[in-house]
Amino acid sequence: MRFVDEYRSSADAQRLAARIADVVRSDWTIMEVCGGQTHSIVRFGLDQMLPEQITLVHGPGCPVCVTPLEMIDRAIAIASRPEVIFCSFGDMLRVPGSSQDLMSAKASGADVRMVYSPLDAVELARANPDREVVFFAVGFETTAPANAGAVEMARVQNLRNFSVLVSHVLVPPAITAILSSPDCRVNGFLAAGHVCTITGCLEYEPIAAQYRVPIVVTGFEPVDILQGVLMCVEQLERRRHTVENQYARSVRREGNPAAMAMIGKVMEVTDRTWRGIGAIPMSGLRLRDAYADFDAERKFDVGSITAQESPDCISGLVLQGLRRPNQCAAFGTMCTPEHPLGATMVSSEGACAAYYRYRRTPAAGAAQPTHAGHQP
Amino acid sequence: MCLAVPGKVIAIAEPDGADASPLLRTGTVDFGGVTKEVNMAYVPDAKMGDYVVVHVGFAISVMDENEANQVFEYLRQMDEAGDLAPDRSPTA
Ligand code: SF4
Repeated sequence: MRFVDEYRSSADAQRLAARIADVVRSDWTIMEVCGGQTHSIVRFGLDQMLPEQITLVHGPGCPVCVTPLEMIDRAIAIASRPEVIFCSFGDMLRVPGSSQDLMSAKASGADVRMVYSPLDAVELARANPDREVVFFAVGFETTAPANAGAVEMARVQNLRNFSVLVSHVLVPPAITAILSSPDCRVNGFLAAGHVCTITGCLEYEPIAAQYRVPIVVTGFEPVDILQGVLMCVEQLERRRHTVENQYARSVRREGNPAAMAMIGKVMEVTDRTWRGIGAIPMSGLRLRDAYADFDAERKFDVGSITAQESPDCISGLVLQGLRRPNQCAAFGTMCTPEHPLGATMVSSEGACAAYYRYRRTPAAGAAQPTHAGHQP
Repeated sequence: MCLAVPGKVIAIAEPDGADASPLLRTGTVDFGGVTKEVNMAYVPDAKMGDYVVVHVGFAISVMDENEANQVFEYLRQMDEAGDLAPDRSPTA
């Protein structure tokens, strides 16, 4: 496929890796923020192509993984009502709630449907006027224009039986939270190319300046990620800390104004709890009051459901880059993709699932990063 | 979840009427032989033949061909400058 295949050339990837080895002088820890990048890195073994001075740590950028437990419980409570058709992206269906996941709610009779786009849920609401259609609106800034657009579409079509359970999160406050932690050892960031396709790069400039970290907006294919690492290392070696854009084929500095306008029309910034990490101020989006009729939390009065996380799962540390998945005692034994304890084992973009799928088990020595001494 | 895939725009349907919501702008996008209906509200400048990045049913950007070639241009210059012997293997 054009704009994909050429960025998977292993010859070009190796030339970029060799260039990084030429440039690097000191030890650096670089965090890729986005789970899609984590997936590519582990799938293509990009971390193993890098010189030993460079350690990649995996960040919190998987919306499935950071959606709070109580939101999953609220989703299940809504989905279990007889009048409801509950629609969700596929990867949310197996995320463990306190006692079950959406898939098992479906097995016990709930009408849970996997949709590709939030507009499919709007269409279901139009086609089923006697049912309540609820869409689980999760995601980062990448997905917010689609979810906001679906709500606006329902308003334009005057669909009273459509609502959304919103658990949207924002990337820059999470980066700031990671950088503010006293345990933080991240020297530079690869920011998420599709998030910045929507928001642009401007929000990242004050973060780079304040914390003196380079931030390179980066794509998802092997050549993209290695070029992002190279740009980051070049800045680090020169003691520079600016925002650069590796993924300029999709990301404009000012972002996508039409998409941002739709988010701003339908949603507003709010405090949000991140699963495994905790509350981060002003780190999420919720519906504006003008769209309260489309808010499933109000419609079905589930706002009071709260929940406690299992103590065995260290996914919070994994999501902050403080531990690797295979440093968790439950990894691959008590916790597998078939029986996940934590959300990071569910989505293909979750670091634990990526490690499991591509056999980064502690026993599989050959698949370990060659620079084991650099693990956090 | 932020997975977004580039495809080629092969048809665009503009909304009827001046006061129609821009959300009704749709297009047909070809992903290497598989075509899909895509919402085009957020790429008002996209034309037939452009490549757009599509995420959960919405086009979110138009691919910039010049920018897309930059990395390969960089690699070419690196070779010309002789920075890198072609047979050099990665260190790890
Ligand atoms: S391996 Fe399982 S239990 Fe351990 S951190 Fe990952 S999701 Fe949690």
